[in-house]
Amino acid sequence: MNRIALSLLLGLLAAVPAHAAAPAQVSASHAWIRVLPGSLPAGAYVVLRNDGDRPVSLTGASSPAYGEAMLHESSNAGGMSRMAMIHALTIPAHGTQTLQPGGYHLMLMDAKHPVQPGDTVKVVLEFADGSTLPVDFAARPASALGEKD
Amino acid sequence: MKHLRLLRCALLLLPLAGALLLGACHRDALPFRLTNVSGHMPDLDFRLTDDNGKPVTGADYRGKVVLLYFGYTHCPDVCPLTLAQLHVVMQRLGKQADDARILFVSVDPARDTPEVMHAYVNAFDKRAVGLTGSPRAIEALSKRYRSAFTREPSTKDGNYEVTHSSAIYVFDRDGHARVLSTPGTPQEDLVHDLYLLLNTGAPA
Repeated sequence: MNRIALSLLLGLLAAVPAHAAAPAQVSASHAWIRVLPGSLPAGAYVVLRNDGDRPVSLTGASSPAYGEAMLHESSNAGGMSRMAMIHALTIPAHGTQTLQPGGYHLMLMDAKHPVQPGDTVKVVLEFADGSTLPVDFAARPASALGEKD
Repeated sequence: MKHLRLLRCALLLLPLAGALLLGACHRDALPFRLTNVSGHMPDLDFRLTDDNGKPVTGADYRGKVVLLYFGYTHCPDVCPLTLAQLHVVMQRLGKQADDARILFVSVDPARDTPEVMHAYVNAFDKRAVGLTGSPRAIEALSKRYRSAFTREPSTKDGNYEVTHSSAIYVFDRDGHARVLSTPGTPQEDLVHDLYLLLNTGAPA
């Protein structure tokens, strides 16, 4: 009896798409892009909050305004600045993860149209479970240090 | 008796020794807050091309306090962050900042033409100069300051990153290397030391 109940329960769980609730648990704030001249790649920054009971993994992003978006990490060790692609970034359960200058960031490349400071750019964040979260990023000038002055 | 004569001799020589010592240490006399490299690094010297396409040498910046930083324009995160922070430093110096120059030296001359550099540096500060040149000339300048850079492997679309030194080298108006600023250095300390240097020596 117990075994039947368990298999029923498991079947029920499997029927519910695992990613359905994830975006509702993750919220974004302080989203901004540092716009550089010409066709140079831009850094995008955001604070992600996870109100869920499980960690969530950010695995990538895409944007209708850019040909490519990559998850990157800048580091500074031994007096050397280094930038490398990362495949996943964890947002802890009931916690936040910050993408900020000099650390984790999204690198946006191949702008389809010139992005100007003052523009709002849609970036869709992609998570390991297949869920997505569209976020409006504020385009800021090159010399900006945050989403507001 | 002999001791007395020696003592008298030493006392006579003391002011002379003091004067010599002061002369030798004159360049080190400023109370810097950043890492003092006075006398430990060579004077500013290079042959590169500025962002207007003009050939320039280190001597062209004598009379200015120089902030030398190595980077590249396809660096979307750390380089713009550093230049944005230096822009804030320049703003804090007020009118005196006109006597300072940020020299942004490309470690990626293959992609950084003077035109690209011009648009890039001017997006941050009007007192920033973009310098590029032959790979050999850039390597010579980098080596001169025990700095380094490495081109990382290209991705399949041909993009690549360049790992580079994160330090900012500060030179006085005479082109002497004076202090080193590194990420994490409090901004007030850089502003403090730049004031010291801007108030020393004659403007160009």
